Amino acid sequence: MSVMAFAFYLFALCTIAGGLFTVISRNPVHSVLWLILAFLSSAGLFVLLGAEFVAMLLIIVYVGAVAVLFLFVVMMLDIDFAALKAEMAQYLPLALLIGVILLMQLAMAFGAWDFAEHAQDHLGAPTPSDAHNTEALGLILYDQYFLLFQLAGLILLVAMVGAIVLTLRHRKDVKRQNVLAQMYRDPATAMELKDVKPGQGL
Amino acid sequence: MIISDLNIILPEIILSVYAMLALVGAVYTAKDELATTLCWLTSILFAIVAFWISSDSASAQTAFNGMFIDDGFARFAKVVILLSAAAVLVMSVDYMRRRDLMKFEYPILIVLAVVGMMMMVSSGNLMSLYMGLELQSLSLYVVASFRRDSVKSTEAGMKYFVLGALSSGLLLYGASLVYGYTGSTDFATIIQVAGHGGSIGLMIGLVLVIAGLAFKVSAVPFHMWTPDVYEGSPTPVTAFFATAPKVAAMALFARVMHDAFGNAKADWQQVIVLISLLSMFLGAVAAIGQTNIKRLMAYSSIAHMGYALMGLAAGTAYGVEAMLMYMTFYVIMNTGTFAFIMTMEKDSQPVTDIQSLNLLAKTKPGKALAVMLLMVSLAGIPGTIGFFGKLYVLQAAYGAGLLWLAIAGVIASVIGAYYYLRIIYLMWFGSEQDEALDDYSTPMLTAFVSVSAIATVVGIVNFFGLKGAAIAAAAALVQ
Repeated sequence: MSVMAFAFYLFALCTIAGGLFTVISRNPVHSVLWLILAFLSSAGLFVLLGAEFVAMLLIIVYVGAVAVLFLFVVMMLDIDFAALKAEMAQYLPLALLIGVILLMQLAMAFGAWDFAEHAQDHLGAPTPSDAHNTEALGLILYDQYFLLFQLAGLILLVAMVGAIVLTLRHRKDVKRQNVLAQMYRDPATAMELKDVKPGQGL
Repeated sequence: MIISDLNIILPEIILSVYAMLALVGAVYTAKDELATTLCWLTSILFAIVAFWISSDSASAQTAFNGMFIDDGFARFAKVVILLSAAAVLVMSVDYMRRRDLMKFEYPILIVLAVVGMMMMVSSGNLMSLYMGLELQSLSLYVVASFRRDSVKSTEAGMKYFVLGALSSGLLLYGASLVYGYTGSTDFATIIQVAGHGGSIGLMIGLVLVIAGLAFKVSAVPFHMWTPDVYEGSPTPVTAFFATAPKVAAMALFARVMHDAFGNAKADWQQVIVLISLLSMFLGAVAAIGQTNIKRLMAYSSIAHMGYALMGLAAGTAYGVEAMLMYMTFYVIMNTGTFAFIMTMEKDSQPVTDIQSLNLLAKTKPGKALAVMLLMVSLAGIPGTIGFFGKLYVLQAAYGAGLLWLAIAGVIASVIGAYYYLRIIYLMWFGSEQDEALDDYSTPMLTAFVSVSAIATVVGIVNFFGLKGAAIAAAAALVQ
């Protein structure tokens, strides 16, 4: 068995085990940790495929951001996971159905899918040999798909504006610190000197 | 290369840059006090860009490796979109201000939605189609829930968002299947590969793409969101939903069907015939029981989309021309009708119950007359542009050998006439009621109601010279 094959089976087993234990482990924190294992080993699989950029993305985005966010949610929110688990049994048939559909799709994609006659000619070119795939992706994203890239930026802008416009409330009853006002206070307006005569009150 | 590409999408660039500058400008200065000014500025900009695009007579050209198509068809649709968006923005100023909804983000979101629509009608690639569609939809979800302290408005936005995301998913899944079969997302390549009787995968992909697009034009069976969203959104936003996005989605529908799947016409024709038939009948029947005028207009729009789709179902250049004319007339009639709905107030609160229209003719005969003309035109009664719009699509269907669909269309239009005529009946011969509508209107709303009412009648003389433009636009799309 070559090193590649060994690595493949190792990562594949880890991915499946990670996925399985994510679902069945009793402690939700353990679930998230298993999920991270699944992400990491699928990143390994991507490296084996020669898609190192996707592998890095998987680690940075999913492990670094999404899974950690999950972990925080699980640890900080008081969610009754036992009740959630109990409900899960009801949805088991649905989950099985979705699983079967996914399997059938895979079978179709690898078995029965037929391409158009000239489809191979139209497919995007494979990674050029003189550039590794991060560079190749960059070239295609900022050059050929420049327009789409900019449009995606506009969409994100809309998402941001939307989130602010729908949730921001200017509350009038909150006292906020006004740094400038504090700095520009001067003794003349801030305090008053009174000359208190002896033997008299103010 | 990049300079000439940028030159082709200059109108879109100008609008997006304007949106960003306006956003930053408003945030750092007067904020919401600028909103009214921004609305007016935006409308003026829309009108200028529309005029500029309409005067552009260059031949069809593409940019960014075929991702963006600038041809006569796109220009026609863009002009209609820009002008209707400008009209709705101007109309909405007073309503939004009185209801305390005038935020500076409103005109900016409308601009970004319009940029999305312009991308949609110009898309030459499944990816740019999706990007344009999402830019448009996302802005619309936000403006739908603009009245955030109202449960109905929030619900409208939420419902629209969830169902819209579902339809985007369908569309994307369809697009991926099409890509899987043809090996390309480019329309120009897909049309060479995707012929009639292609693989089952291509068929499923095509049907899913149609389903996603049918959601955006609110055609049956993907119409469920329409009545709730129309009812819940603030009225100016509803007016916007009923005009520009409908035109954009319909134009995009025609673009995808003809530009990408023109050689698989027999495959998509039957699907579109079915959704057109269902939309016409459901729109006509379901509107009868409605008592809320905004819900009624929602069902009316479903029925109208059915007729517009009939033009598309014909699959001919004449069909596309009929569809473009139909959509333009529809926008004119709807602008007037919604301008009227915005004037419906009782004790300074907006009302949408159609019973409040009882005997409107006694107190305000001029307004009632204008609304009568609009309703008559929406019903498609001869002597109005609404009739000619229907006539063209029926002719197109007949010309394509779909005689039975044309007959079904006539039957549905007779059924649908009932609820338009009921509004007229209520206005002129309804029963006495205690509280009449307030005598409220602004010069702007009065102008829009009366101009579009007059246009429904005067328009039949030469259709505002649109016929020639529509013929040229259809010829650009269907070779």
